[in-house]
Amino acid sequence: MDIIQEVLVKNNLITAFVFVGLTVYMAYLISDKFTQGRFHGSAIAIILALLFAYFVGVSTNGEKGVADIAILSGVGILGGSMLRDFAIVATAYGAKFSDLRSSGAAGVFSLFFGVILSFLLGAMVAIAFGYKDPVSISTIGAGTVTFVVGPVTGSAIGATSDVIALSIAAGLVKSILVMTITPIVAKKIGLDNPKSAMVFGGLMGTNSGVAAGLAAVDPKLVPYGAMTATFYTAVGCLIVPSLLFFLVGLFF
Amino acid sequence: MVIYGIALLGICTLAGLFFGELLGSLFGINANVGGIGIAMFLLMYFSSSLNTRFKIGDVSEKGITFWSMIYIPIVVAMAAKQNVVGALDGGLMALMAGIVVVSVSFMFIPIISNFKKR
Repeated sequence: MDIIQEVLVKNNLITAFVFVGLTVYMAYLISDKFTQGRFHGSAIAIILALLFAYFVGVSTNGEKGVADIAILSGVGILGGSMLRDFAIVATAYGAKFSDLRSSGAAGVFSLFFGVILSFLLGAMVAIAFGYKDPVSISTIGAGTVTFVVGPVTGSAIGATSDVIALSIAAGLVKSILVMTITPIVAKKIGLDNPKSAMVFGGLMGTNSGVAAGLAAVDPKLVPYGAMTATFYTAVGCLIVPSLLFFLVGLFF
Repeated sequence: MVIYGIALLGICTLAGLFFGELLGSLFGINANVGGIGIAMFLLMYFSSSLNTRFKIGDVSEKGITFWSMIYIPIVVAMAAKQNVVGALDGGLMALMAGIVVVSVSFMFIPIISNFKKR
């Protein structure tokens, strides 16, 4: 047993390929047998992966999902930002400039609209839960923009660490919801063309949520959504701690 | 050579992320501003000009399309390393904030996508 474990840990990236391969295989089996293929295999694979991450997280108390188990540490490399970004860029191969240009305005609009909308809704939930100081309200609002904007804003405007932790949690909830709900609602909201994919990326903004959501709907749409989503966190970091925090201060 | 495709992809990614970091420090924020977007633009530019002038070649092309196809398994791995417990432990407020934001944002997608058609 020790020898098996040693091999698996030493070659953790290869172990990760096997782990993900088996997960995807299981997902497609479930998709075929129980949903007659109606629920896409990649969507089920992502949900399975989230479930694994949850159960491992409960038993290890870690923050990196299954990657906290030694033999699965390679999943952290395979699913880390380096290879994720590399693969996202690769999806742009074959994407069309003309599609980007024709829906560019809608994409840019959705970007600013999305950041402000997420912030306002998050701030309103914070107020509904009894927060009264502008710093906490803005930090929680920032967390619903993305879980990066939350702590960036919180530390910039001097929020307490428990409020920053809450803002990260709100951002994580958003990201995981986008991953799981997108394939379910895609048809209803008309998410089937480059333009709506760009709007989707601009409104949701969470890189991991958008990446996983579109992967399960139609991989061809990934570059368009990723294109706007890549600017989202930056726009959030720019306008949330400055402009939007200032606006909240006017009311509280 | 398959490595040419991978190398081209690598050059685009690195250059994009570099300019993204540069933009970030220009704005004075500790975040990469659109690095992936810039990298994607570069790759699209090269792939269109290569097709018309140099011809990157079918084999080299596979170096790029492989990474494009391995994208979904990478996303599955990314999902498996999320802090799901942390998201659920944030309590009712974090859950509510996430649910409200995601559902309202989804409702706006068809509205904004159809702006110009009207």
